[in-house]
Amino acid sequence: MDPEADMDSDRSSAQAPAGQAHAGQAPAHRRREWLFVLSGAAKRPRGRVGLILILFVVLVAVIGPEVAPYSPTAFVTSAFAAPSRQNLLGGDELGRDVLSRVLAGGWLLLMLALASTLLGLVAGTIAGMAAAYRRGFSDGLIMRCVDVLLAFPQLIFALMLVSILGSKLWLLVVAIGLAHAPQVARVVRSKTLDISERDYVHAAEIIGVRPWRVMVRDILPNLTTPLMVEAGIRLTYSISILAGLSFLGFGLQPPAPNWGTMINENRVGLTENPWGVLAPAILIAILTVGLNTFTDAVARVSLGVDRVEEAVVYNLLPTDALK
Amino acid sequence: MTPDSQASMADPRRLVVEDLRVVVKRTGHDIVDEVSFTIGPGEVFGLVGETGSGKTTVALALAGHARRGLSIAGGRVLLDDRDVLKLSASELRHVRGRQIAYVPQDPSSALDPARRVGVQLAEALRVHGDKREGAASRLREVLAEVRLDSTRELLRCYPHQLSGGQQQRVTLAMAFACRPVLIVLDEPTTGLDVTTQRHVLETMRTLCRSYGVAAVYVSHDLAVVAELVSSVAVMYAGRIVEFGGVQDVFFSPAHPYSRRLLRAVPLTGRAEALQGIEGSPPRPGRRPPGCSFAPRCPLVLPACNEEPPPAVELADGRRVRCLRAGEAELPAPSVEALVQQDSGTGEISALRVEGLVAAYGSTEVLHSVDLVVPPRRCVALVGESGSGKTTLARCVVGLHANCSGQLHFGDERLPMGYRRRTEQAQRGIQFVFQNPYTSLNPRRTVGQIIARPLEHFGEWSRSEREARVVGALEDAALSSEFLNRYPDQLSGGERQRVAIARALVVEPVLLICDEVTAALDVSVQAAIVELLRRLQAERGLAVLFITHNLALVRSIAQDVVVLANGVVVETGSVEKVLERPSDAYTIQLLEDVPKLGSATSRAHRAGPQPVSVTQASPRRVPDAER
Repeated sequence: MDPEADMDSDRSSAQAPAGQAHAGQAPAHRRREWLFVLSGAAKRPRGRVGLILILFVVLVAVIGPEVAPYSPTAFVTSAFAAPSRQNLLGGDELGRDVLSRVLAGGWLLLMLALASTLLGLVAGTIAGMAAAYRRGFSDGLIMRCVDVLLAFPQLIFALMLVSILGSKLWLLVVAIGLAHAPQVARVVRSKTLDISERDYVHAAEIIGVRPWRVMVRDILPNLTTPLMVEAGIRLTYSISILAGLSFLGFGLQPPAPNWGTMINENRVGLTENPWGVLAPAILIAILTVGLNTFTDAVARVSLGVDRVEEAVVYNLLPTDALK
Repeated sequence: MTPDSQASMADPRRLVVEDLRVVVKRTGHDIVDEVSFTIGPGEVFGLVGETGSGKTTVALALAGHARRGLSIAGGRVLLDDRDVLKLSASELRHVRGRQIAYVPQDPSSALDPARRVGVQLAEALRVHGDKREGAASRLREVLAEVRLDSTRELLRCYPHQLSGGQQQRVTLAMAFACRPVLIVLDEPTTGLDVTTQRHVLETMRTLCRSYGVAAVYVSHDLAVVAELVSSVAVMYAGRIVEFGGVQDVFFSPAHPYSRRLLRAVPLTGRAEALQGIEGSPPRPGRRPPGCSFAPRCPLVLPACNEEPPPAVELADGRRVRCLRAGEAELPAPSVEALVQQDSGTGEISALRVEGLVAAYGSTEVLHSVDLVVPPRRCVALVGESGSGKTTLARCVVGLHANCSGQLHFGDERLPMGYRRRTEQAQRGIQFVFQNPYTSLNPRRTVGQIIARPLEHFGEWSRSEREARVVGALEDAALSSEFLNRYPDQLSGGERQRVAIARALVVEPVLLICDEVTAALDVSVQAAIVELLRRLQAERGLAVLFITHNLALVRSIAQDVVVLANGVVVETGSVEKVLERPSDAYTIQLLEDVPKLGSATSRAHRAGPQPVSVTQASPRRVPDAER
């Protein structure tokens, strides 16, 4: 794929409805920006591939529990039984059906990943935006805290919280969310620093609009695209951290099935029935690759949107070059 | 080709452009079409037009370059009888720099910020020039030509350590270093203040003359062009609508567009309402079947809308694309002379600044500035870039808190930061920012943007708010169709109108306009200034109008304050300061303002256009500070 040609089509598709034609309709990338970016990403080959991969895994996770041939906790065969007609992917360490456990084990993982990502985004955005907009002491305080948190690798940080406080579901979400927040805060802060020096922010300030209102109404809407990209990246990380924690035994507790724990449980039988490890690992891999690919497409589309805006802001747009 | 009255050298044709056509690759719409002109050696040729007229596209095409998404679809660019458009990539590389030099608009982004000036200059010489030998002496020579001393300090500077004027001189030096035969200058002085601009332009003219370089000077500023070039082409919607000697074009413009464009130029010598050009140029692919200017043309005939007018050659050798070009007496546009308003003497002033000192860090940029804006009067604050005028404006609205001194709004003492001000002050003082491209939130509609101050001060019901927003739009000469548009659907002029509507919707007492037209074309600038003047007069607003353009002052203000290096050097009424300046700095500033030159002063004496008369009030108006 030619990235240049790609970029070009971005710019013109984003710009096409604008201009002096005054059709009366607002340009799509302003009316519902996130929708525009998502649909734009889904239209590109890269985004389409990512979306298909994601949908496949989500489908497995959602429909899986309904179509699983056995109960995920029932002992139906011998330990590490090879795949057979009754047990398509064989048995696990305790003789449970691997296929059924794989089908049932994705749902919770996805939900927890989503919840912790959301928490991380919200916390990080608030911290980053406040730091950048308030400047001075608040900025120093918030960002030094962020620096301290950043010093721990995410997995270790989450591990630390969970091992101190015990492993409850909500705690997992909080731990992983907090592990994300510093990274999000950094991204949001740098973008906010730029936006808060724009004149439309000053225009609100000099009539005396309260700082939090300025943040919510003037700055936040302009953070949409970077936040979308960040959300994709963070979701990928959430999944791998969750799976990692589970693998290490700190995550979701047995006997409930989940992909991370399964890899841990079944690794001793890798030679007898590799599917016990491979099946969940492959699904996690597909999901991660799919998310990354789609996020990449989102980033490209939003870069196109932001380019147009930047060009307008700095008066770089060759007004005669488009359309 | 057109016989050129100006070219008198041995070879009168250094550059011949014939039927140049540049199109959008994907759609095939033409950006530029049927562009033809000739330039002789040593001649400076002006290419004039509004934003979007295709002038930069033409300039780039002369060097065989088309911007991404565009392609050069036809025509010839003959440089000393060699077609630039037919060269291979490697031949082009050879020609560029050595034979064709390009000076871009913004020198600060054209120079590599991470490398020393000396290194960049030496590279330009090495890549294109004579290999190595005497490089040091050539460097000195090249810098001397642009009147820069080739001291060690200068050569060791990084671009950001130089001023804008010095940067532009360095790019000029690089362009002239390899003795090109053609040099293309794309608005090289737009970001410079008048004094620097004049020096750069003089340098350029001398260099072109002495080395027989053909130069193409692209600009939207007619006044600059008038002083510099010998022949000029006026571009509109991708076509040259008028081409001829500069004297002829500015003496008696034959195309209605050229005439309107000339009317839009503010001049220090005339106190008239500026006339902008209504509407905006059609975009490529949306051009009307007939003359592209017809929808905006005051002299339009039914035939104009049928097919594009052919180029007509006039007796003086000019080529004009207008059906009415041959008509001797085109009705002259009516001119509204400005009448001075009475001042509000005795009343308490709208804004009083006393002993204002402002600093960035430890660097003081304003040294004890005093300034008064009387009620219902417009005071122009004039100064070059770096004089501290924007800092002053930011202090007044409370955006710059690192300052001391006293600010009074009416009888109220203003604290320095906006956060500590009363609602009355926050509402009574409104601000219009310099750059309309950054002052409107791209995620909000025009309606939301204008309603914002109303919601904030919150004493109106929803329906009242809506009515006021529409009213404010109408005051700014925009229709209510704009309510649901987003800023990036608007042109620069429309954006600035929205910004003005936002400022005026809460009915302020004092309006501060910080270089509100600096980012706009001349024709749009005229319309905005006229809008502000009308609103100021109608509403009895006190206005502090900040500008670097002395010529604009006449068209809007009653009093002038001249600021130089953070100190007020002269204050007084417009007539006094512009006609009998007493301070040496003001005199210099007035001299450096580009004028439409001898060309138009003669035009005003003999031409069909009425000579503008200053109809100031007979009575002397008191100075601003009293």
